[in-house]
Amino acid sequence: MSSIIAKIEKEQSKSDIPEFRAGDSVKIHTRVVEGDKERIQIFAGIVISRKGSGLNQAFTVRKISYGEGVERVFPLHSPKVAKIEVTKQGRVRRARLHYLRGRKGKSAVMVKEQGAQQGAEQA
Amino acid sequence: MSIGLIGRKLGMTQVYNDKGEAICVTVVDVAGNKIVQVKQSAGKDGYSAIQVGFNDQKEKRMTKPALGHFKKHGSTPKTILREFRVGSDEQLPAADAELGAGLFANGQHVDVIGTTKGKGFQGVMKRHNFGGQPATHGHMMHRRSGSIGCRLTPGLVWKNQKMPGHDGVDRRTVQNLTVVQSRPEDGVLLISGAVPGNKGSIVIVRPAKKKPAPAAK
Repeated sequence: MSSIIAKIEKEQSKSDIPEFRAGDSVKIHTRVVEGDKERIQIFAGIVISRKGSGLNQAFTVRKISYGEGVERVFPLHSPKVAKIEVTKQGRVRRARLHYLRGRKGKSAVMVKEQGAQQGAEQA
Repeated sequence: MSIGLIGRKLGMTQVYNDKGEAICVTVVDVAGNKIVQVKQSAGKDGYSAIQVGFNDQKEKRMTKPALGHFKKHGSTPKTILREFRVGSDEQLPAADAELGAGLFANGQHVDVIGTTKGKGFQGVMKRHNFGGQPATHGHMMHRRSGSIGCRLTPGLVWKNQKMPGHDGVDRRTVQNLTVVQSRPEDGVLLISGAVPGNKGSIVIVRPAKKKPAPAAK
């Protein structure tokens, strides 16, 4: 990649992104513009995948809203993503948690916490 | 007035605009554009134009006649020379005027001319977007052109009948692209969308013929 493109991409990318991976519970602070006002809206859920690299990187957050599964894909470096807050670290053995889509009830929103006992009840 | 620049396609990336939307852009390197010769309709040439050079070359790699041309006009040797016509002599820039990304403002519309990527010998489906034939249900013909004419009348295949052949490596103009960012400090233009050709290929960027430039400039 040309050094000028690398420079342009560096200008666009954020430096304050916390470390997180699939299985972590996060709160995403998104900027919402209503009329001429801007406010912060929070989307909380489980990260089920991260894909892409560099400026192009994106991640998917899944949550259950009023009994309905909702997934949102956020570009990692988008200015509309104001803040990423990691609330809980999960321990998973997959990079993509698409298996959560087929689940209902409690098992759909729970991922074992980091450091949980081996052989603990499958969450 | 339509003075343009010669550039080199560096590749593509994306930038976020003030609304937070990602816009895909092509990065075109336009550093090192230089006016080599100014042609005036009043003089020997009989028409108004500037000749722009791009891409420095070692002297020993130039032919003597070409080197003489650059020496005569006090320019360093360049590999690419292009002319840009202007309406009249009054619109001609000075011979030592700076050419660079600053020629284009942010938000200005431009046309980009380049040579498309070579595809080699291709069939009619890829080359001319023919539909082809069904894959199954007993069809024994899949990606062929079908009929290329009639019978006794006219008794020949019309000229320009679309057939398989060499595809790509054509001069193409993409009109009305937007300059998302003009960065004279880096010597690059960020142009929205795609531009013909491979990375590293030479393109010409000129003000859009069919959309006026912004008033403030």
